[in-house]
Amino acid sequence: MGITLPLLILAIPLFMFLLLGIAGVKMSHKLAGWLGCLGMGTTLVLAYTVALTYYFCPEFTAETGERIQTIVFNQTWLAFTQNLVISLGFLLDPISALMLIVITTISFLVHLYSLGYMEGEKGFQRYYAFLSLFSFSMLGLVVATNIFQMYIFWELVGASSYLLIGFYYTKHSAVAASKKAFIVTRFADLGFLIGILVLSYYSQTFDFLKLTTDSQWVLASTQGATFMGASVLTWALVLIFTGGMGKSAMMPLHIWLPDAMEGPTPVSALIHAATMVVAGVFLVARMFPVYLLEESATMIVAVVGAVTAFYAAMVACTQIDIKRVLAFSTISQIAFMMVSLGVASNGNGDVCHHGLGYMASMFHMFTHAMFKALLFLGAGALIHAVHSNDYTAMGGLSRYMPVTRWTFLIGCLAIAGIPPFSGFFSKDEILSAAYAWSPFMGVWMTIVAAMTAFYMFRLYFLIFRWDEPDYGHHTPHDPPLPMMIPLVFLAAVSCVAGFIPFGHFVTWNRMPYDIHLDPWIACSSVAVAICAICLAAYMYRTKNPLPEKMKNAMPVLWDWCHHRFYWDELYMFITHKIIFNGVCRPLAWFDRHIIDGTMDSFAAVTNKLSRVIAPLQSGQVQMYVFVYIIGALLLGGITVLCLI
Amino acid sequence: MFENILIYFVVIPLVMLGLLALCRDIKQIRAVAVVGSLGLIALSVVTLVQYLGMRAAGVEDPMLFVDSWTWFAPLNIHLAVGVDGISIAMLLLSSIIVFAGSFASWTIKEPKAFFLWLILLSVGVFGFFISIDMFTMFMFYEVALIPMYLLIGVWGSGNKNYSAMKLTLMLMGGSAFLMMGLIGIYYHSAPEGGQLTWNLLEIVKNASIPHGWQSFLFPMTFVGFGVLGAMFPFHTWSPDGHASAPTAVSMLHAGVLMKLGGYGCFRVAIYTMPQAAHELSWIFLILTGISVVYGAFCACVKTDLKYINAYSSVSHCGLVLFAILMLNETAMTGAIMQMLSHGLMTALFFALIGMIYGRTHTREITQMGGMMQIMPYLSVCYVIAGMASLGLPGLSGFVAEMTIFVGSFQAGMTDYLAGHGSLRLVFTIIACCSIVITAVYILRVVGKLLFGPVHDEHHRTLTDATWWERLSTVTLIICVAAIGCFPNFFNNLINFTFKPAIFSVLGMN
Repeated sequence: MGITLPLLILAIPLFMFLLLGIAGVKMSHKLAGWLGCLGMGTTLVLAYTVALTYYFCPEFTAETGERIQTIVFNQTWLAFTQNLVISLGFLLDPISALMLIVITTISFLVHLYSLGYMEGEKGFQRYYAFLSLFSFSMLGLVVATNIFQMYIFWELVGASSYLLIGFYYTKHSAVAASKKAFIVTRFADLGFLIGILVLSYYSQTFDFLKLTTDSQWVLASTQGATFMGASVLTWALVLIFTGGMGKSAMMPLHIWLPDAMEGPTPVSALIHAATMVVAGVFLVARMFPVYLLEESATMIVAVVGAVTAFYAAMVACTQIDIKRVLAFSTISQIAFMMVSLGVASNGNGDVCHHGLGYMASMFHMFTHAMFKALLFLGAGALIHAVHSNDYTAMGGLSRYMPVTRWTFLIGCLAIAGIPPFSGFFSKDEILSAAYAWSPFMGVWMTIVAAMTAFYMFRLYFLIFRWDEPDYGHHTPHDPPLPMMIPLVFLAAVSCVAGFIPFGHFVTWNRMPYDIHLDPWIACSSVAVAICAICLAAYMYRTKNPLPEKMKNAMPVLWDWCHHRFYWDELYMFITHKIIFNGVCRPLAWFDRHIIDGTMDSFAAVTNKLSRVIAPLQSGQVQMYVFVYIIGALLLGGITVLCLI
Repeated sequence: MFENILIYFVVIPLVMLGLLALCRDIKQIRAVAVVGSLGLIALSVVTLVQYLGMRAAGVEDPMLFVDSWTWFAPLNIHLAVGVDGISIAMLLLSSIIVFAGSFASWTIKEPKAFFLWLILLSVGVFGFFISIDMFTMFMFYEVALIPMYLLIGVWGSGNKNYSAMKLTLMLMGGSAFLMMGLIGIYYHSAPEGGQLTWNLLEIVKNASIPHGWQSFLFPMTFVGFGVLGAMFPFHTWSPDGHASAPTAVSMLHAGVLMKLGGYGCFRVAIYTMPQAAHELSWIFLILTGISVVYGAFCACVKTDLKYINAYSSVSHCGLVLFAILMLNETAMTGAIMQMLSHGLMTALFFALIGMIYGRTHTREITQMGGMMQIMPYLSVCYVIAGMASLGLPGLSGFVAEMTIFVGSFQAGMTDYLAGHGSLRLVFTIIACCSIVITAVYILRVVGKLLFGPVHDEHHRTLTDATWWERLSTVTLIICVAAIGCFPNFFNNLINFTFKPAIFSVLGMN
């Protein structure tokens, strides 16, 4: 493959960012918006060309049927030492090609959607500039050829996320949310950085291909080195995973994602549902052969995922803000992907169940991107219509917004795992992989899947059925065309995406793999999902006191769920009370009073001393004579004493 | 004498001084300042090109353009000049900051005297970076310090007399240590019976400082220069000094003068006394490691913009000294990059703070807010400076910090695995934590100062940047981005000859 197309995929969004960022102020909203769409549209076409060429052109498939990992270009950017070199390059393999498709599709749709959603907003050009920056960074992240390139773009997506969350910068809550998102992920990145440093010290390379193709050698290079009872490799992998936990909002670093909903809704769809938040999953998938080497590392991935999935699903059942419900559902679904990666390893350095978990995870990443973006964009349409984020301001909307309603319903069915919608297929494979790893994990994840179906349909019924509030003169209506097209398109994709023979495209060893549904698991998961939907329908289809009763029956549980188990308060306590008041303030005091005080007192002592000595030079001759005589007597006395 | 290109780094500012003395109105003063500083930039670029050309032609000497003229024969004092990649990087940095600083003080009162002192200061700075004779180096160092007192005392703001006095006395105190160290080195600069010399290259070649003396002289020189590099606990001149200094002086001081400290620590202390550096680096490693996090933590609670930035400088300059002490090629390269990066971005910060202060007449972040709506240009620049400071890839801070961390980690792990203790490793990880704390204080300021609703309705009438302010900031931003986007150029420039020199002098790796 030539270098032109891949290079353009990265260059066009970057150019659009610079163009819109520098010259945008002078442009009209319309021009800036269409330029942004045009740029992203071109990128979309190029990315599809590259990805489809990769999947279908025989030159990228070896005789054995294995898809070849190809480095299209790799340019040295910064050489630390002879071996440790950061390059900027373009790695084409099944997962990066997959992500190229996902990112450009969603990004283009969001560009289009925003033409309607952001119409007339102040800073429209800036918004498009940031979207382009984000797209550039995210594309650079997925095609990274080495772990440091990934880290670079990892930071860049973090920064563009910061800028977009804080888009409405006059709002206190938006500023606080963007700050929180950046700092929490920065904290996680610290772990990532140290992990990279540890891993690269032993392996003496940043290169993904070197690390993953011959991973036994990585194991050998770290052999015998331990730190605090765990092997160095485990430490490195867990630290790197910390970075992934931050970006993918795994417990306990999830607190930034719900707040990030302060950003414009299309941004939530793009960054906080479909692309950036799955970067953590992508990272683990990219390093998967290395993770396979360490049982404890994959174990941690699976356990963190399982706990997070359950936690987020519980919280999602009690939220009022519809975007927060979707945010927690995103956390929960990403946790599904994490679990799936974790259970793909059998703990003996080999894959479990032919690596089904890996494939399922990537499949779910793909389908989730589509249906979650659909749900977010649908939520955007609702918010656009009623000017509120809370479901209490909605109700009975199915009458006014039919298109939104049907597309939203498709999204809900997909996420709930009802066949034939896409979520069913991917989730089912995750459950199969989980059962194969351990029955407990399988049951646990099935329960979470049921909860997913419940809270999504709770949301659906509360928005579209329930009781209608007084809309006054502004009856809500379906959104304009630029917002409608993405909704319909994503709904269509969510209907059919499940039938893609995904195993032929993306597997852990890049060999084709045939998916077959396990009827027992499929039936049971569909059954529980349907039960959960029925329960949701029973409770929320029409206005009734049942939810209130439930809430009063379990006040403590409801309270904890509603307040997200007080994680935010805990972090507030740690950062404000302990670090700010307990460390920063005393240090500043110490600086002012002890260190500065010492320096000042040197000066003061010198001053005092000179004041004391100064009167000796009084100018009175009698005094001088007196001192002279005393001195002479003393000297004389000493001389006499010496002579004796 | 005048066929050596380096001498013009001192000649141009001296000519500027003469011309300034003749100037009659502000326009002429500005013209002299701008033309002169453009000349300095051009000169450093020419030097850079010639230097790279000679290196490409295969010249292997540790220093190029070396020349020496006797000044005072009985004490072997020469005006000896010579540069390598590091000095050239510093010369580039200084000339760019003098240029940006001239624009930042476009409307200063009593411009003639101000620019006279400012240019005298830059004579010292340029002279310091081109010298390889320790005596002239020290002399230029002092030349750079004295104008500081007047510039702060006369043109400063706030508690300026206290700050000026404190800064000068503390730095002079450092010089006292330094002078003892330098004289000590001089008396051991040649083997028994040989010709004593102040010339660094010859001292390194002779390598005749006895081990016992090294352990005394190394701390002397390191502390002497370290005071200027704002090493804990000798950093307290920096916050007060910066807070009181006028804009251009803060820029030059934080951007260039503090670099003299780091440069001197490397060029004199470590270069000439490698054994002592090996043995005693741990003491200073602890102190500088503390500087890194301590400065960052203190910056978190300050509410005065200049104080925040001054503490952030303590943290970033601490990282420079910290990396130098790692005695590892990569980390040292990172240290020089950090000097460049910090010099540029902190100058940008101080320039912006000066511009904002000039409009609002307050530097308290609690009394400002929503500047993005009032002065969008300055605010965007502030965000870019902040992003550079917290290490966003594509801007200079990232590459410098990463080079330092990778290098330090390699050094620390090697030490740890060889059974030499885990001090370096532990302090490397502590230093890494600064990337989070930096993010905290930068975003705190950005959030309070620039974003949010407008705090004071009177501020709504304020204007955005003028053309000279734009020029000053754009220059700095372009440089910050250039380092961030093409780090390998600077990397190669710095360690082109640095590598063999380090191998032979320090005998490490």
